[in-house]
Amino acid sequence: MEKHLECQFYIYYWEIIIEMIESKNSKRVLLKNGLIIDPFNNKEFFSDILIRNGKIDSIKKSIKPEKDYEIIDCEGLVITHGFCDIHVHFREPGREDKENLESGSYAAIAGGFTQVCTMPNTNPVIDSPESIYFIISKSKNLPIDIFPIGAISKNQEGEKLTEMLLMKDNGAIAFSDDGNPIQNSQFMRLALTYAKMIDSPIINHAEDIALRNEGVMNAGSNSNNLGLKGNPNSAEAIMVYRDLLLASQLKSKIHIPHVSTKESVNLIKNFKKGNAHISAEVTPHHIYFDDSSINSSNYNTNLKVAPPIRSKKDCKALIEGLKNETIDCIATDHAPHTIEEKETTFNDAAFGMIGLESCFAAVNKILVKQNKMPLLSLIQKLSTNPRKIMGIESDLFKQGSNAQITIFDPDIKWIFSQDSVYSKSINSPFLNEELVGKVKFVFSKNRIFFL
Amino acid sequence: MLKSKHLIGIENFPTNDLIKIIDTSFYFKKILISEERKTDLLKGKTLVNMFFENSTRTKISFTLAQKRLGADSINFTSSTSSVSKGESLKDTILNIASMQIDGAVIRHSHPGAALRLSEYIDGSVINAGDGSHEHPTQAILDMVSLKEKFGRIEGLKVGIVGDILNSRVARSNIFALKKLGAEVIVCGPSTLLPSEAKKLNINFSYDLDEVLNWCDAIIALRIQMERMHFGRLSSKREYYSKFGLSFERINRIKKDIVIMHPGPMNRGVEIDSKVADSENAIILDQVLNGEASRMSILYLLLGDNH
Repeated sequence: MEKHLECQFYIYYWEIIIEMIESKNSKRVLLKNGLIIDPFNNKEFFSDILIRNGKIDSIKKSIKPEKDYEIIDCEGLVITHGFCDIHVHFREPGREDKENLESGSYAAIAGGFTQVCTMPNTNPVIDSPESIYFIISKSKNLPIDIFPIGAISKNQEGEKLTEMLLMKDNGAIAFSDDGNPIQNSQFMRLALTYAKMIDSPIINHAEDIALRNEGVMNAGSNSNNLGLKGNPNSAEAIMVYRDLLLASQLKSKIHIPHVSTKESVNLIKNFKKGNAHISAEVTPHHIYFDDSSINSSNYNTNLKVAPPIRSKKDCKALIEGLKNETIDCIATDHAPHTIEEKETTFNDAAFGMIGLESCFAAVNKILVKQNKMPLLSLIQKLSTNPRKIMGIESDLFKQGSNAQITIFDPDIKWIFSQDSVYSKSINSPFLNEELVGKVKFVFSKNRIFFL
Repeated sequence: MLKSKHLIGIENFPTNDLIKIIDTSFYFKKILISEERKTDLLKGKTLVNMFFENSTRTKISFTLAQKRLGADSINFTSSTSSVSKGESLKDTILNIASMQIDGAVIRHSHPGAALRLSEYIDGSVINAGDGSHEHPTQAILDMVSLKEKFGRIEGLKVGIVGDILNSRVARSNIFALKKLGAEVIVCGPSTLLPSEAKKLNINFSYDLDEVLNWCDAIIALRIQMERMHFGRLSSKREYYSKFGLSFERINRIKKDIVIMHPGPMNRGVEIDSKVADSENAIILDQVLNGEASRMSILYLLLGDNH
């Protein structure tokens, strides 16, 4: 399998050319002439980086290369922390036809991500210490770090707490019933209380199922024109309010995933004042598209997602929320589906889209190029901030740290195509979109990837 | 001799009365372990034990204590009484009160039931457990057991582990320990530790190992798994692995600590058999001290000792 994949990479535009193996003491890689952006220390400067045995050796101006150094010229490129996506669906176990931990890892690398947190809504659900252990042990030799998120309730049924303490002991990074919004408020309250013992964030897919009213897209004039059932902003905002109120009273950690509405942004902004336990994410697709992208000439099922792509007004509020730090981070909600599940009517199509490979170029285009967000600030939302939410080490340029580095061209314009997709699925609405900025090299777990 | 006429709860019970009862318990314990085992200090007194909720050891303990003091008593349980015929609590109590009794012991599943009883009858009322509120005689017997073991209560470090939220034993013990100058940490899953209890000037912990390394004595409470549906607890194995007094956990701590449990125990859930039966466990001493304490309570509340 591994061999097959590597071969595939080679045929496209990848070559895995260097394996930095611990035993070869002399293996050193020098990154020259790049602009270093250190999102942890809030710094931008031109310098060289020397990597030795997969670890950061030194960062200084003009390091003199020795003869066995591998040199990568980073002229015109930005060198920064490997990105971290705290919301992906890798479908293993159960739907390995859509994605597995391995294919998902390569999709992550292609997007510049060196760490991801996987959602537990697999089959069976990741709802026990044993299943957490399964993900951890299967991920050991993959090119990225995978941190499994465990389910809050057994089988994600919202009725019985999972063994969060033992799951944490086995490596669970957070807890979520993503895909199945928790409807019972007392259960939500107890889950927030229980997770407090281990200081893990609870991530609730905030949606009131009754209010959602079987909606397949945003409720508004567009859904009305298309004759599709609408999912109103209130379905999300009411639950966001409930969750924020409970979490702030209990002083528990809450993370609001895939925020899609203006109302939710306002609520988060108000509750966040002085409360460090609240965090929130926005996906690239909720700021890149709006509900007018779904129209009577396309009924584009790749834009069918939960929560739905909202109105222009919501998009604007999300972008504003990212700019003023109300929203902490960007997460893709990478959700692979088979072609059959998307090549159908809008009503029948599955919810979700892949997002790892297109993420940086899409958000760079919208936030940095179109909305004047500083690049450093964007990088923080892709690296330092998500790591802090999950309690993952985020000072990655410290000497001796394992090299997790993403190197990208911030300005190049390119068309996102199927060739750029490493996921097993291709359900992306970004196909054929012109995006800006491209990941060139990734260092992760002792390996370098040339893209 | 005592300021109080009733023993409804430890919270509002005068500290001096509490100390008096504890000290006098040792006198009765001597009698209990002597050949005689019996006195006639409450001769001529009539008591009724009203058990509206199941009880084994508390009921037997009270009955024996009454017999050993020479009092006359009858037992009444809700399943054999008019309660099952639909009589109200007040009517049941008024009927019994009019039968010329000197005191009543009551256990009821509702908080405040003992207080209600004391409003309706002339004699002394002793609370043998009112819902999740208080179980004052359990706290007193625990204080007697601690004092017997350590010679003092002031300054003792006591941990209480388990379902603090629903436990009347925990409440009464916290009140008693604080009144007598002990330090208390309560430990258990966050869903069973009422954060409001912090106002009682006690500490909270989710880390049993830390508590065991700190305390002189640990009181393990019964976990009722059947009550734990819907989000309070996940599983027996998680509870046992984090909050159970396992043999390995007790072995890991570097000093001897006294192990207590009010009973009935769930072996393998909150306590390991090897721990429950170990030398440091005083669980059966607690039972004997329970009888002595209840003799002391009955005598001091009802006896002609003025």
